[in-house]
Amino acid sequence: MSLEGITNSIHSWLNTTFNPTLALLLEFVIVGLCAIGLFAVLGLVLVIMERKVSAYMQIRRGPNRVGPGGSLQTLADTIKLTMKEGLTPDGADKFLFNLAPFVVLTVAMLILAPIAFAKGFQMWDVNIGVLYVSAVSSVSIIGILMAGWASNNKYSLLGAMRSGAQIVSYELSAGLSIISMVVLTGSLQISDIIASQQNGWWIFKGHIPALIAFVIFIIAVTAETNRAPFDLAEAESELTAGFHTEYSGMKFALFFLAEYVNIFIVCAIGATLFFGGWMPFHIGNWTAFNHMMDYIPSSIWFLGKTFFLIFLIMWFRWTFPRLRIDQLLNLEWKYLFPISMFNLLLITLMAINGWHF
Amino acid sequence: MFLKKYIADVFGAVRSLLKGMKMTGYYFTHRKEIITQNYPDHRETMKLPERFRGEVVMPHDEKNEHACTGCTACELACPNGTIKIITKFDISPEGKKKKALDTFIYHLELCTMCNLCIEACPTDAIKMAQNFEHSVYDRSKLTKKLNTPGSKIREGIE
Repeated sequence: MSLEGITNSIHSWLNTTFNPTLALLLEFVIVGLCAIGLFAVLGLVLVIMERKVSAYMQIRRGPNRVGPGGSLQTLADTIKLTMKEGLTPDGADKFLFNLAPFVVLTVAMLILAPIAFAKGFQMWDVNIGVLYVSAVSSVSIIGILMAGWASNNKYSLLGAMRSGAQIVSYELSAGLSIISMVVLTGSLQISDIIASQQNGWWIFKGHIPALIAFVIFIIAVTAETNRAPFDLAEAESELTAGFHTEYSGMKFALFFLAEYVNIFIVCAIGATLFFGGWMPFHIGNWTAFNHMMDYIPSSIWFLGKTFFLIFLIMWFRWTFPRLRIDQLLNLEWKYLFPISMFNLLLITLMAINGWHF
Repeated sequence: MFLKKYIADVFGAVRSLLKGMKMTGYYFTHRKEIITQNYPDHRETMKLPERFRGEVVMPHDEKNEHACTGCTACELACPNGTIKIITKFDISPEGKKKKALDTFIYHLELCTMCNLCIEACPTDAIKMAQNFEHSVYDRSKLTKKLNTPGSKIREGIE
């Protein structure tokens, strides 16, 4: 009983019971509800995970009062946030102010579309999947700028501007490292990229250049999701909370949720490109070993890899000190960008000559 | 030369970042390193560091004697007027008058636990205690008299 089987049986049942148009519309509704459900669960799980990870890394205990081991802490926090007043400041641009959190969350939802969660369990296998992801993910900066501008607060605006400069510049090296994987695969479609890793993940097949591309990718997406050590957009010590200073209650919670969902999404993309998405761990032609690995469900493989990358990003956050804005732009334009250009050349050479496995 | 420095920079940065991650990774996997104590649950077995500063106390020995000469060095050392010392004159058996402590008034509500009074004391008459549960319902309860009633200075302390 795989996820693919469940979706197929639901699909055929809907098509035999209703006419095709209605069935399609019902499928849209089901998929939308699943996406919202996934968002809620991700928000709860990732926040408690972050708090526990940070606590253990700083030799603390973390939340340990609500539920067993503090596992219900985020549920309690969510209830608290929903009961709070969603205040709109007097001087704010009311329409943009209230629209901004939804823009950010909608973008996060849109990127969910081409991600393959398990074998044959994907919302939309578009043929330009990777391009779609990198194009849509840069829309979220509009939501952040909107929030910063509409708040009518100098700290919010400063935070939003910093965030803009940061996302625009780090988009480049993230894009280049994605392209280097596309060069190896020869396709932009997510299902093709996963299928090409049938005999080994790209991070192993692509030698050291693939490893460099992965490191650059993980640095760039940490910067793109505005997390420490690149959290200049929020910078508690200087800008109180950056672009969401003026937000409260559920509107603040939406920004918070969008941040964590974005982390999940970029890690899912990273897992797809470098670690083969839902593809089990295969080594070349060892059929016996490969069959054994196939017994573990593909959804477990996908979630395991994604959560490993999320843990890696959390590890960064609780270890490294924050960069200054000029150091941040130095790192991108003087180091990551030239290195990823050079790396892309190497990988292209490798792909042309077939030096990878 | 520029390229050499550039590459050395990149490798140095990666090495130092990995060093930091090794440290936090060690703490993450070794729960025994956790220094937080479950305060209200383990109140009896709670361990405070030796140099923890809770409040100023004046130790008395079993004969109800302390080591304070009433020299007011602590009062002078205190940056925010926490300590007030009232002195009296004792008459010794030979009929000589000698300055001695009457009342040592300590305002806990003003104290910042800076430890300057303990450092200033020439006879080590006062020290920092480990008690930190100071909440009371009335502010006046925080003004304390440190020397116990009827106490006197220990023999041989000048």
